[in-house]
Amino acid sequence: MNKHKRITKSEGLELLKNSDLLDLGQQADGIREKLHPEKTGTFIVDRNINYTNICINKCTFCAFWRDKENRDAYVLSEDELFRKIEETIRLGGTQILIQGGLHPDFNIEYYINLLKSIKSRFDINVHGFSPPEICYIADKSDLTIREALRVLKSSGLDSIPGGGAEILSDRVREILSPRKIKSSSWLKVMEEAHRLGMRTTATMMFGSVEKPEDIIEHLDAIRNLQDRTKGFTAFIPWTFQPGNTELAQKSKGTVPDLRTEQSEVVESGLSPCGATAVEYLRVLALSRIYLDNIKNIQASWVTQGLKIAEVALRFGANDFGSTMIEENVVASAGVSYRVSKEDIIRAIKNAGFTPAQRDTYYNIIKRF
Amino acid sequence: MLSKIKDKILSGQRLTKEDALRLFETDDIFTLGKLASHAAKKKNGNKAYFIRNIHINPTNICVNRCKFCAFSRSKGEEGSYELSINEILQKLSTFNSSASGRLGRLSTPFSEVHITGGLHPDWTFEYYLEMISKIKKTFPKICIKAFTATEIEYFSKISGLSITDTLLELKKHGLDTMPGGGAEIFDIAVRNQLCPEKLSGEGWLTVMEATHEAGIKTNATMLYGHVENYGQRVDHLLRLRELQDKTNGFQAFIPLAYHPKNTEIGGAYSSGIDDLKTIAISRLVLDNFPHIKAYWIMLGEKLSQLALLFGADDIDGTIIEEKITHSAGALSGNAMTAEQLKNLIKKAGKIPVERDSFYRELKVNE
Repeated sequence: MNKHKRITKSEGLELLKNSDLLDLGQQADGIREKLHPEKTGTFIVDRNINYTNICINKCTFCAFWRDKENRDAYVLSEDELFRKIEETIRLGGTQILIQGGLHPDFNIEYYINLLKSIKSRFDINVHGFSPPEICYIADKSDLTIREALRVLKSSGLDSIPGGGAEILSDRVREILSPRKIKSSSWLKVMEEAHRLGMRTTATMMFGSVEKPEDIIEHLDAIRNLQDRTKGFTAFIPWTFQPGNTELAQKSKGTVPDLRTEQSEVVESGLSPCGATAVEYLRVLALSRIYLDNIKNIQASWVTQGLKIAEVALRFGANDFGSTMIEENVVASAGVSYRVSKEDIIRAIKNAGFTPAQRDTYYNIIKRF
Repeated sequence: MLSKIKDKILSGQRLTKEDALRLFETDDIFTLGKLASHAAKKKNGNKAYFIRNIHINPTNICVNRCKFCAFSRSKGEEGSYELSINEILQKLSTFNSSASGRLGRLSTPFSEVHITGGLHPDWTFEYYLEMISKIKKTFPKICIKAFTATEIEYFSKISGLSITDTLLELKKHGLDTMPGGGAEIFDIAVRNQLCPEKLSGEGWLTVMEATHEAGIKTNATMLYGHVENYGQRVDHLLRLRELQDKTNGFQAFIPLAYHPKNTEIGGAYSSGIDDLKTIAISRLVLDNFPHIKAYWIMLGEKLSQLALLFGADDIDGTIIEEKITHSAGALSGNAMTAEQLKNLIKKAGKIPVERDSFYRELKVNE
């Protein structure tokens, strides 16, 4: 394959299905080397703040959501929120990632107040509200997506996380998250946000019920949008965590629709219930190769653990994501790798990279 | 940069000390992984082995207090324990029947019990012999893989028998194979720092030589990622290779990643890339070892799977109740089902083969 030529969907599919993992990794490592010759492994110090776990979407792969009536349903108080932000700043944090469930009683006023109350008190980047939340906010207040984004931006929203993308294939979304926004809406929110000058990330959750073709569809949709807007700072592939989720329960008993084509899923090496490390690195490496217009690829220590995240830096990744002062969503699925900033710095060094703390826009703040 | 070494490997020549050091110093993990895979394929094709096994640690009371160990206790110390033979039999039959229940009555739930423990100040050699023979009598189909070289040397001391007679007694009472623990790093400077009371490197090799001569197959290990340097790792590998040339009694080599929690020397967990390199270099240097094992308890499920693409051909087994590594902060679970193991192997593109203690194939899952 010509290194300077963009790979096609069918070439991508072929690599995903049939390439040797070490060949694929080597190729991704070479591309990463060209994009980041300084061999810096970056991370951000930030905190995940989930303002509520009450959610009307109830996605089958999610262990975090609760009904409003549920005993452990919560909405964070302002005091708690401010305390968490103060602590983040004290720990050298530059960003809060603020996301939550789709609360049935919130309208845009809630979010405006939330943002303004933060911005009037703290000098911190607010990275918040993934596209499903943005769509919900717009919907509840009868605004267009663009109008909602404008209001949120003027209230203090700086950038948008790429969550809720899951797999951008409506066939898969029908099983995973039938009540969640469709692929086109996710892409539309991102496109509008980019046009308003906001930067966002893009994610992909795989290892559930998708087929290799769906992964390629997803990567292609992201690449096409990035060609138009250049607004994505990073791509973050991560794997479905089956613990405590409806999807995992289901797949033990009745078989979800897509799995009637299970033989195909198995042949491709992608497990229907949680991807293994080999599959994770394969998708990560392919992402680096396919997304030639996105500068940064994040390794996911939260879903893979530090060792595989370290290895991921040699399979195309150049960023370790966040130190995650607090993480609730993945932890509720029973995965909890407790990790300190020092652990992250050591893992990056172990991979032969220079660790560096960055801000939301990948500007280096401090090298270690 | 590795082209000379690559040529050597492809033409089947043995690697030298300098070659091995060169490999530890390279950051070309891709070439290293491919060469190790090539070597692994020559030995075992596309197969990767696992076993249905159980771990029993009869006691954590130990007269040695190695500084890398978080498992051992002194007698009377809080948290110390000792299992009676009946308790051991009870554990085995509980595992046995609960697993049989799951698998249906026709399946054999376990084919191996792995027994290692502390050097108990009061237990007699007869006690160990009785332990082995009672297990054998109660579970005649289960292979007994028991006692590291350190324990053997200790038994010889407490019984007054020679190493060979100690081994022959154990064999007579039902010992089938031996694990490879206690090797740590052979180099004397490292040993003086880590485990001055423990059997020396030479002593370990002497016991293993006698074991192989007594017709007992063993494994070999290397505990890395603490205070040793690459040179000391290479020296360790070469001494194992030399003994294997002589006896051909080693089945698998198992590099063990050091775990820092609750140990006297502390420090950090090993690096994932170093784990993979160590597996790969072991495969390339130990050209006379049939198997390289990625022990998932120590490497974690994820890295062990990846190790199958870096020269390993075995990921150990179901391992119920792992205690030693978990005392030092293992991040892995302490048991996996055969289905989970098979899934990891398949997803790495290998053929899962269930084996017994002697690497005889029980079931090939094409």
